[in-house]
Amino acid sequence: MISHTGFVLASYGAAIIVLAALIGWIFIDQRSQRQALQELESRGVRRRSETKMDNAS
Amino acid sequence: MSDAVSKTGRWIDLANPTRFLSLAGGILPWLGGLTVLVLAIGFWMSMNAPDDYQQGSTVKIMFIHVPFAWLSMMCYTIMSVAALGTLVWRHPLADVSAKAAAPIGAVFTALALITGSLWGKPMWGTWWVWDARLTSVFVLFLMYLGIIALTRAMDDPAKSARATAILTLVGFINIPIIKFSVDWWNTLHQPASVLRMGGSTLDQSYLRPLLVMAIGFTLLFFTLHLMAMRNEIWRRRVTAMRRVAARSADRGTVS
Repeated sequence: MISHTGFVLASYGAAIIVLAALIGWIFIDQRSQRQALQELESRGVRRRSETKMDNAS
Repeated sequence: MSDAVSKTGRWIDLANPTRFLSLAGGILPWLGGLTVLVLAIGFWMSMNAPDDYQQGSTVKIMFIHVPFAWLSMMCYTIMSVAALGTLVWRHPLADVSAKAAAPIGAVFTALALITGSLWGKPMWGTWWVWDARLTSVFVLFLMYLGIIALTRAMDDPAKSARATAILTLVGFINIPIIKFSVDWWNTLHQPASVLRMGGSTLDQSYLRPLLVMAIGFTLLFFTLHLMAMRNEIWRRRVTAMRRVAARSADRGTVS
């Protein structure tokens, strides 16, 4: 029987590369949103819902 | 009784994004760890599965191709339920869930097409045929791309949420077409062999690694979906806070 190892390796390789790209993108997005939130909070910016709670108390 | 009350209470709590964030933060490390463990076991089982007498080693492609294809349909079904959540119940996280799921679904659909093609070349002698199953999955991929474009087309997420939900629900008609295409039409793609009336026709030595891989990739999907939902909630908070900051800066210059 002819060996089809190349096709098997290509399939698993493609799956690993594409999934790694997806996971990497989600982690990069997570880091940039976290940094933006921290930066805004350190400047003392609050969300409307939070300021409302502050006023109520 | 009190149990039922607390359970519904917890379910409704999920509608609160802050509660969702703390819940996701608690679940994600465990879910991620379990995903890695199950996928590692599944990969080991796949590599140790015997070669098929007809397909040879290409049977190993099935251990990833079939889970990707299942998940491409499961993800779209979840997005359709989320679309109902947006339109009927106006659940605040439904739109977040649909928007976060779309790129993940598109990736799984693309991988199902790529791995299927890499199996088709040695086994069918062709990378691609326009039969009912392959074409309907390709249409699913295009639907994902359309939904991704629409969720990002408008600045205000509330505006795009309704349009996206309607498009998603209209596109759901494709899911039963994909599932039953192999029965309704004469396709080159083989009919169902795992989820079928009368039980699976697969041998245990192939069924076991396939199921472990399917569970592993399903766990991966939910891990990534939770992470992407959390990112989307944070993104909306950043936008809201920037708006507040811009408004107070405006006031500062006027006075």
